[in-house]
Amino acid sequence: MARVLVVDDEPNIVLSLEFLMQQAGFEVTTAEDGEKALELVSSINPDILLLDISLPGISGFEVLENLRGQDAFKRLPIIMLTAHGREVEKEKGLALGADDYVTKPFSTQQLVEKVTKLIQEKEGGNKGV
Amino acid sequence: MSDWVTLGVAFSYLAILFLIAAWGDRRAEQGRSVINSPVVYTLSIAVYCTAWTFYGSVGRATDSGPSFLLIYLGPTLAMLLGWMMFRKMIRIARAQRITSIADFISARYGKSGPLAALVTLIAVVAIMPYIALQLKAITVSHAVLSGYPLLPTDISGENFWIDKSLWIALVLAVFTILFGTRHLDASERHEGMVAAIAFESIIKLVAFLALGLFVVFSLYQGPADLFRQAADHPGLIDSMGLDAVPGGAVGWVGTLVLATLAFITLPRQFQVLVVENVDEQHLKKASWMFPLYLVAINLFVIPVAFAGVLLGGAAQEPDSFVLTLPLAAGLEALPLIVFIGGLAAATGMVIVETIALSTMVSNHLVMPLLLRWKWLHLDPSRNLSGWLLGIRRIAILIILLLGYLYHALIGESYSLVTIGLVSFAAAAQFAPALLLGLYWRGANGLGATLGLIGGFLVWAHTLLIPGFAQSGWLSMTLIEQGPWGIEWLKPYSLFGLEGWDIYTHSLFWSLLVNLGFLIGISLFTRQNSLEQTQAALFTEGLRPDVMQTPLWLGQTTRGELYQLLNRYLGVNTTFKVFRNFDPERKPGADDELIAPPDLIGQAEQALTGALGSASARVLINSVVRGEALDLEAVLSILDTTTQTLEYNKRLEQKSTELARIGEELRSANERLRELDRLKDEFVAMVSHELRTPLTSIRAFAEILRDSPDVATDKKNHFLGVIVKESERLSRLIEEILDLARLESGRMRLNPERLDFKQLAQDSADAITQLYQEGQVALAVELPEDAAWVVADPDRLQQVVINLLDNARKFADHNQPQVKLKLQTWKKHWRLSVEDNGPGIAEEEREKVFEKFHQIQQQHGKGNDKSRPRGSGLGLPISRGIIAHLGGRLWVENPQELQGARLIIELPRAPEQPPPSFEESV
Repeated sequence: MARVLVVDDEPNIVLSLEFLMQQAGFEVTTAEDGEKALELVSSINPDILLLDISLPGISGFEVLENLRGQDAFKRLPIIMLTAHGREVEKEKGLALGADDYVTKPFSTQQLVEKVTKLIQEKEGGNKGV
Repeated sequence: MSDWVTLGVAFSYLAILFLIAAWGDRRAEQGRSVINSPVVYTLSIAVYCTAWTFYGSVGRATDSGPSFLLIYLGPTLAMLLGWMMFRKMIRIARAQRITSIADFISARYGKSGPLAALVTLIAVVAIMPYIALQLKAITVSHAVLSGYPLLPTDISGENFWIDKSLWIALVLAVFTILFGTRHLDASERHEGMVAAIAFESIIKLVAFLALGLFVVFSLYQGPADLFRQAADHPGLIDSMGLDAVPGGAVGWVGTLVLATLAFITLPRQFQVLVVENVDEQHLKKASWMFPLYLVAINLFVIPVAFAGVLLGGAAQEPDSFVLTLPLAAGLEALPLIVFIGGLAAATGMVIVETIALSTMVSNHLVMPLLLRWKWLHLDPSRNLSGWLLGIRRIAILIILLLGYLYHALIGESYSLVTIGLVSFAAAAQFAPALLLGLYWRGANGLGATLGLIGGFLVWAHTLLIPGFAQSGWLSMTLIEQGPWGIEWLKPYSLFGLEGWDIYTHSLFWSLLVNLGFLIGISLFTRQNSLEQTQAALFTEGLRPDVMQTPLWLGQTTRGELYQLLNRYLGVNTTFKVFRNFDPERKPGADDELIAPPDLIGQAEQALTGALGSASARVLINSVVRGEALDLEAVLSILDTTTQTLEYNKRLEQKSTELARIGEELRSANERLRELDRLKDEFVAMVSHELRTPLTSIRAFAEILRDSPDVATDKKNHFLGVIVKESERLSRLIEEILDLARLESGRMRLNPERLDFKQLAQDSADAITQLYQEGQVALAVELPEDAAWVVADPDRLQQVVINLLDNARKFADHNQPQVKLKLQTWKKHWRLSVEDNGPGIAEEEREKVFEKFHQIQQQHGKGNDKSRPRGSGLGLPISRGIIAHLGGRLWVENPQELQGARLIIELPRAPEQPPPSFEESV
C-alpha cells in the first residue's frame, strides 16, 4: 500500500486530507511542521508528499529544496499546498522541483486524482527501472 | 657745520628722490607697477606725517603733554573703522575718473563747476599755512644745523633775497614741477610720485628712530634711566599728564575729531588714499599697517622731549630738540640724518600737496575760465594739452610762493603744531559735503556750497584772521573786543562760548554752520536732474553694476569726439581711448559714424581725468547734441538692476522651494509605495487567512457529499468542524472589518462614564467558562472603590476579553495561571493581564501589535499543540480601540508570573459625574 505523508499546520485540514487519502486506499502519516516532515520522509520513505507552504519554523519551500538536494528523494512526488493564490509562489514551487501545485481551498476529487496519478507514474517508473 | 655740506646732502637726497620717481614712472609705463603693493600704499598714506610730526610732535609734547597723540589717534580710528567708506570713495573715484577732492565733491553735486572752484579756493587758502609750516621747518632746521649753538632767531632779520625759505620754496617748486607735471596722464595717477613718497616715509621713520635710539640708549642708559631722571626734574612728569592737554575733555574730543576729519579731507590725503590707490584690496592691509607706522614714528617723542628739557632745553626751541640733542652731543652724522628725515617729511608733504592743489587750480579755476573764451575751443587747430601742463606748472609755483608769503607774514608768531591745526580746521570743512554726500542722496549742491562758504567764513573769522592779528598785521582789539566792538563776535569766544581751546571752538562753530546750511538747504530746495543722477550714483557707489551705466543719450559723430579729445589730451591718449573702445575701427577726425553712448561716456571720463568732471561735462556738451541721461532714466536703470536682482533672488527662492517640494514629493511617493506594498501584503494575508478555514469547510463538505456511508460519529465530527471553521471565518471577517474601520477612523465608539472595576469583573466572568475548561487559574485583583473612566463599554470589554483569552492560550501548559489586576497610576487607571507562559521576547513586544503577526515558537521543538494560532488581528485591533479611547496598550516586563504582561492604560474620569444641565439649574 502506497504511503502518503501529509504536512500542514492546520489540524482540520490535516484531518480532512488524512480521511481522503485513507479513503483512496493509502497509508497516511501526518506532520505539523517542516522539521518533523523531514524526519518522517527519511524514516518512513513515503511514496508521495502533500506539503503545505506556510509552516511554522522551516517553510514548505525549504523542505522541498532540502529533499531535492538529497539523491534518495530527487524523484519523490511532491504536491505543494498553499493558501496563497499568487502565481509567483506556484512558479517558485515548480521551479524548486514540485510535481504539482494545489491552491486552497481545493477540490477533494481533483486532489485525490492527482495523488493517484502521481503514485501510478512513480510505480510505473520504478518498474521501468 | 658747513652750509655746503648741508646743501650738498640735501640736493643729493632730492636727486635720489627724483631718480626713484623717474624709475617708478618708467616701470608704470612698462606696465610693471612698483607701487602695486599694500606696503607702498601704506607708506604713501604716511605722507600724513609731515615736518609737523617730525619736529612739531616733540614741541607739542613738551608744551602740552600727550595731546600730540590725538593727531595720530584720529587717523588710526579712521583707517580701522572707515575702510568701508574709503573703499566706496575709491570705487566712485575710479569709475568717474576723479582727480581730486574738489573734483569728487563737485561730481557728487551734479558736476558743479562753481562748487569745484569753491573747494579749490578753500583748499588753497587752507593749505597755505600748512605749506608755510614745511618751509619754516626746513629753514629753521637748516639754520639750527648750520648755526648751532646760535639760535635761529639770531640770524633772521636779513633781506628777503637772502631769506633761505624763499629759495627753498623756489627749489621745491622746480622740483615739484619736474616731478608731477612731466606728462599729462588721463588717469591722473602719479606712480613715480607715489614711489618717491613711500621712500620718503621710510627715510623719515628711520631718521626719527635713529635719533630716538641715540637719545634713549646713548645719552641715557635706556628708558628706565631716562624716566627716572625725568621724574626727578620738578614739574616735568606733570606736564606729561592728561591734564596738560589744552581745553580739557572738550579739547581732547575736539582735537580727535579734527584729526580724523582732516585725515580724510586734506587734499594730499585724498590724493594718496583715493586717487593714487592702485587696488582697493590694499585698503584692508593698510587699515592696520598705517596705524602701526604711526605708533613707530611716535614711539620716541616723549623720551626726546624729556631729554630735551633735561639737557638744558630752556635755551632751545622744543620744536628743534631733535636737532639740538645730537648737536649738543658733538655728533656730525646723526644731525645730518635727522635733517634729511625732516627734509623728507617736509618735501613729501609739499610735493603731494602742491601737485594735488595745482591739479585742482588748473582744472577747476583756470580751465573753466579759459573755456568761456569761445575762440579757444572753437578753433579746432589749437592743441590745448600743452596749455594744461603749463597752467599746472604756474599753479605749483604760485601755491608755493603763497606758502612762502604766509610764512614770511605770520609764520614766526606760531609754533609748528599751531599752524598745522589751523589748516586742519579748514580742511575739515570739506567733511560734511564729502561724507554726507556719500550716504545721503538728498544732500544737494546749493546746500553743500552754502555750507562750505559758511563754514569757511567762520573758520577764517575764528582762526585765520586772529592769526594775522597776533602777528601784528591787524589790531589786537579785534581779538580782545570783537570786530566793531561787538562782544559776541569775539573770534575766540563766539556767541560767548568760552573756556574751549581755539581749535575746538573754531571747529565746533564752523561745522555747526556748515552742517546746518547743508542739511537745512538740502531739505528745502530741489536738485537738478544731473545732481540727482550723480547723487544716486554716489550713494549707490558700492553697487558693482551702477558705474558701468552709459549716461549719454545725445548724438555726435566719432570724428567730432576724436577732434575734441585730440585737442585736450593729445594724439596718443585720444588714440588709446578710441582703440580701447573699438580695436577694429581706425580713429580719425573725419569719421562720420555716430558715436555710441558708451564711447561718449569713455571720452568724458578721459577728459575728466585731465580736466575734472565739471569742465569735461562742458566740453562734451559742446559737441554732443541732446541731453544727458536724466535722473528718471538713471533711476530706471537702477531700478531695473534692482528688479533683476530681486527677480534673481526670487528665482533662487523658487528653485530651492521647488527642490524642497520635489524632495517632499519623493518621500511622499516612497511613503505611498510603502503603504501600497503594505496593502498588498495585507490583502495577501487576509486571503491566506480566509482560505484556511474555507479549505477545511470545503474539504469536509465534499467528503460528506461524496461519501454518504461515513460513520455517524465521524460525520458529526466533520459537521462540527465545518461549523467551527465557519464561525472562525465569520470572526475573521468581523475583525478585518474592525481593523478597516479603525484604520480609516470610521469606527463608531459610544464613550460613556463607566466603572472600569465593574467592567473588568464582568469580562473575567464572561470568560470563566473557557478558563474552567482549560483549568486555568485566574486571579483577579481589583481596587475597593469604583474606577471611573470614559469609554465605550462593549469595545473595552472586547479588548479585555481578548487579552484574557490570549493569556489563557499562552499560559503555561501544565499549570496555567493568569492574573488580572486594576490599579491607579498617576492620573490613569492601569489594567494588567499577566500569564505564566513563555512570555514575549523584548524584540517581539512591538511586533505583536502588527497585523497578522504570529509569535515565533521559542520553547519546545515544533509540535506544541498548546500554542494555537490566532488570526493575528486581535492585538492590533485592541490597541486601535484603546488608542481611540485616549489610552495606551503595550507589553511590559513580567512582574508576578514571569510570562507575558499586557497593560491597558486609560485616563481617570472625575469621581463625581459632571452635573447635568437640570441639576445645575
